[in-house]
Amino acid sequence: MSELNASVTGGSVADDVSGRYIVREHHPEQGTLLGFWLYLMSDCLIFASLFATYAVQGRAYAGGPTGAELFELPLIALNTAFLLVSSLTFGFAMIAAQAKNLGKARMWLAVTGILGLAFLCVEIYEFQHLIHMGAGPQRSGFLTAFFALVGTHGLHVTFGIVWLVTLFFQLGKHGLTPENFRRLSCLSLFWHFLDLIWIFVFTFVYLMGVLP
Amino acid sequence: MSDHHDHGHHDHDVHVTHYSQKDYLVGFALAAILTIIPFWLVMGNVLAPDTTKWVILAFAAVQLIVQMIYFLHLNSKAEGGWNMMALILTIVILVIVMAGSIWVMHHMNTNMMPGMGPANTHDMT
Amino acid sequence: MQESFDLTKFIFGRLGWDAIPFHEPILIATFAGVIVGGLGLVGLISYFRLWGSLWRDWITSIDHKKIGIMYMILGLVMLLRGFADALMMRGQQAIAFGDNAGFLPPHHYDQVFTAHGVIMIFFVAMPFVTGLMNYVVPLQIGARDVAFPFLNNFSFWMTTMGAVLVMASLFVGEFGRTGWLAYPPLSGILASPGVGVDYYIWSLQVAGVGTTLSGVNLIVTIIKMRAPGMDLMKMPVFTWTSLCTNILIVVTFPILTAVLAMLGMDRLLDTAFFTSDRGGNPMMYVNLIWIWGHPEVYILILPAFGIFSEVVSTFCGKRLFGYTSMVYATCVIMVLSYLVWLHHFFTMGSGASVNAFFGITTMIISIPTGAKIFNWLFTMYRGRIRFELPMMWTVSFMLTFVIGGMTGVMLAIPAADFVLHNSLFLIAHFHNVIIGGVVFGIFAGINYWFPKAFGYKLDRFWGLVSFWLWSIGFWVAFTPGYILGFMGYTRRVSHFDDPSVQWLFQISFVGTLMIAGGIGALLMQIYVSYRDRNTARLRDFTGDPWEGRTLEWATSSPPPDYNFAFTPVVYDNDTFADMKKNGYRRPLKDFVAIHMPKNTGAGIIISALSCAVGFGIIWHMWAFTIVAFVAMMAAIIIHTFNYKRDYYIPAEEVARTEEARTRMLESHV
Repeated sequence: MSELNASVTGGSVADDVSGRYIVREHHPEQGTLLGFWLYLMSDCLIFASLFATYAVQGRAYAGGPTGAELFELPLIALNTAFLLVSSLTFGFAMIAAQAKNLGKARMWLAVTGILGLAFLCVEIYEFQHLIHMGAGPQRSGFLTAFFALVGTHGLHVTFGIVWLVTLFFQLGKHGLTPENFRRLSCLSLFWHFLDLIWIFVFTFVYLMGVLP
Repeated sequence: MSDHHDHGHHDHDVHVTHYSQKDYLVGFALAAILTIIPFWLVMGNVLAPDTTKWVILAFAAVQLIVQMIYFLHLNSKAEGGWNMMALILTIVILVIVMAGSIWVMHHMNTNMMPGMGPANTHDMT
Repeated sequence: MQESFDLTKFIFGRLGWDAIPFHEPILIATFAGVIVGGLGLVGLISYFRLWGSLWRDWITSIDHKKIGIMYMILGLVMLLRGFADALMMRGQQAIAFGDNAGFLPPHHYDQVFTAHGVIMIFFVAMPFVTGLMNYVVPLQIGARDVAFPFLNNFSFWMTTMGAVLVMASLFVGEFGRTGWLAYPPLSGILASPGVGVDYYIWSLQVAGVGTTLSGVNLIVTIIKMRAPGMDLMKMPVFTWTSLCTNILIVVTFPILTAVLAMLGMDRLLDTAFFTSDRGGNPMMYVNLIWIWGHPEVYILILPAFGIFSEVVSTFCGKRLFGYTSMVYATCVIMVLSYLVWLHHFFTMGSGASVNAFFGITTMIISIPTGAKIFNWLFTMYRGRIRFELPMMWTVSFMLTFVIGGMTGVMLAIPAADFVLHNSLFLIAHFHNVIIGGVVFGIFAGINYWFPKAFGYKLDRFWGLVSFWLWSIGFWVAFTPGYILGFMGYTRRVSHFDDPSVQWLFQISFVGTLMIAGGIGALLMQIYVSYRDRNTARLRDFTGDPWEGRTLEWATSSPPPDYNFAFTPVVYDNDTFADMKKNGYRRPLKDFVAIHMPKNTGAGIIISALSCAVGFGIIWHMWAFTIVAFVAMMAAIIIHTFNYKRDYYIPAEEVARTEEARTRMLESHV
């Protein structure tokens, strides 16, 4: 911490003056979590651009199918449930990690990953179904914006799962070191952030898309 | 955003996030309720469409805050208040980008896209 | 037998021998020159056995000082390329009247002005500005490095790989012909089916990742790693402007990433973001890209403003006038820069209400900048001004930039802009503010901090030659633009019919030659300074050649790897001036071991793989792209398995370094 060392050089008045201008051991604060938070803010703005594009082109059906015709809300409700529960299970993982319970932390991490995978499977099924019906991203401005926004979110979930699996192995290898706990905290922020974005996806895209 | 609060180098009062089961369970319960109601409103055609639009947006905003508090443990002390400031700035920029784009593009579409009457505009407004 | 799956196509995509422009003599000559020069460079490095040192001390270095210098080298190399484009354009415009078609056919000319803009903004101005911030900010705040040293190295290499892609387009394929912002539908797949726009997209995506991460890095550095006692309002102004610049970077560049991704999807996947049919909206591209584009120019100018603040205060021997208002002005500019973007497309048709709003905000944003100019002038008033090179560049900036700013306020009036939009008046305006503001600021910064980085000053004579050639050459080159713009001449035109205006274009070309002379003089300056680096005229023995006021001048020139043997404690603004005034002496004993991060090759490896992914996507080489992508992900994951990333400099080594400095100081008092 910042202890002022008044007698590092000792002796004359000039040295005492100099002494107040330096500190012997200085450990700057850890910046990782702030840095990761700032990265998340930048990611927020990527989504903002995609949401803005969807806002502008969300009704550009070009004579093609509309959201009301395409969206299956029960499926989306299921997906929302998967993601929301996964946020909860990640929370349990963090609590276990905080309590230094490695096995439990890894277990909840794995459950989270499986729920994330379930989310992705449902989404891939949905996309594939839409494309099969001729409602792919090339069909209209509305569908382009839809696939880009929802797809980008899905890509983020994919990267989150890759990270989760990597961390699962790193925890197994090195245990709950401070470094690994930091990494878990960052992934925790990322995972919850994805659920936050999803709130707006299901509201703005799916629910509002179904309304006339 | 003005960043000139006096955040001196206070190593000793670093805020450490405490993860509690209660936070996650309460957050989850609230988020679930705030999700189920909008889905019900839309799927059940409960209110008029225009009203529904604003109601579900409001629910989304509330759930955002709920999840930020209970899942992300957002508070004004984390990272010396910088997390909160970064978030506020991001939200301000986000609002400018979204509202600005919608406003600008609405005018562009109205003026520059012939044959597209108000009933046929491309955007969500 | 007909194979429905074409293996050659899967591996090589649309890359073939016809991608190399054998029919363009200028390009082939350049290619030959680059190969000869490159082989020469490789030969020299091998002859002097420098490969090991190059890898260990520079390529894998996570030291912010080395990385800062590498950014400056990148900027300088790309300046030569970008300026070659300028010379070609001005040469063409000076002669291409009536029957004379000039030497650049339109399809070539279009690539030249596109590349000129992209290179100058992304690969000259941004690296120079990032390099200076990287080098100086940790020193100014009393830190030993940035918050994320590995990320810093990675950011540099990502930027460089973006430059590599742009340069590759010169010899393999072509560049975009769309202008530096690549508006659709011209940049869409129908109007630009070739690789040019893809090179544009992917070089900027790769470089953009580097820039965004660098933004996060510097913000965390400034927030978390300031020396004890350095409250926000005691930071040097350059650090303040760096903070605001990097905040802008983090909230702005993601928008560019998103827009370019959308354009890329339109081109690759036939989506309908910005198409003319199927409900696409090209105007949305213009809207989004300028939401990025306007804050971008503030990202360029704010560090320059910071440099001027440091230079004026140092060379007038006075505390900066109005520190608080400078900080407020910078923050206000940062926020307002987000509210003016539509002034770049008043003419696209949003109507009077929207145009009026943005016209007013654009005029308002000139006010805090004006406040800054007044602060600098008041600092100079009654100061003891020393006209060293940094100060000269500052004065030239004040005269040049202010006029450029005023022409900007003219353009801010929507009605006037309907006449002047995309005219040569506009070209003159933005070159006026970018050259007068950003470039002159960078030159001031280079002359100011060069001795700190290398231990010797830059030669004054050649610096003056460069200064006068740039300062006068700029006006000679661009005043005709203002005149021609009023007359109605538009930008991006390679041939003219009315010979009565040719003399204006010829004057412009003379001005461009003067600037070329200025760049030549800059290179001479560097060479002569290196040659004479040990003479008394240039050598910096004390670490404080200018009577500096901020902490970077407390270190030796160049600083040791660890910057400060002991972290300083701060009590006042102009920290070093305060220390000198109070009789501070360097500590001479009781050194401790210092914790430092290790070098790593992961940065360049991951970046090179991203470059390969970009190249693969550009040429539709799917097999290659998939392999490169998987390799990149593997490299990233493998890197995260490296937990041993630091080491300690032993106390004895610190003591030796500090003693060597003590000896040098004593023998050159």
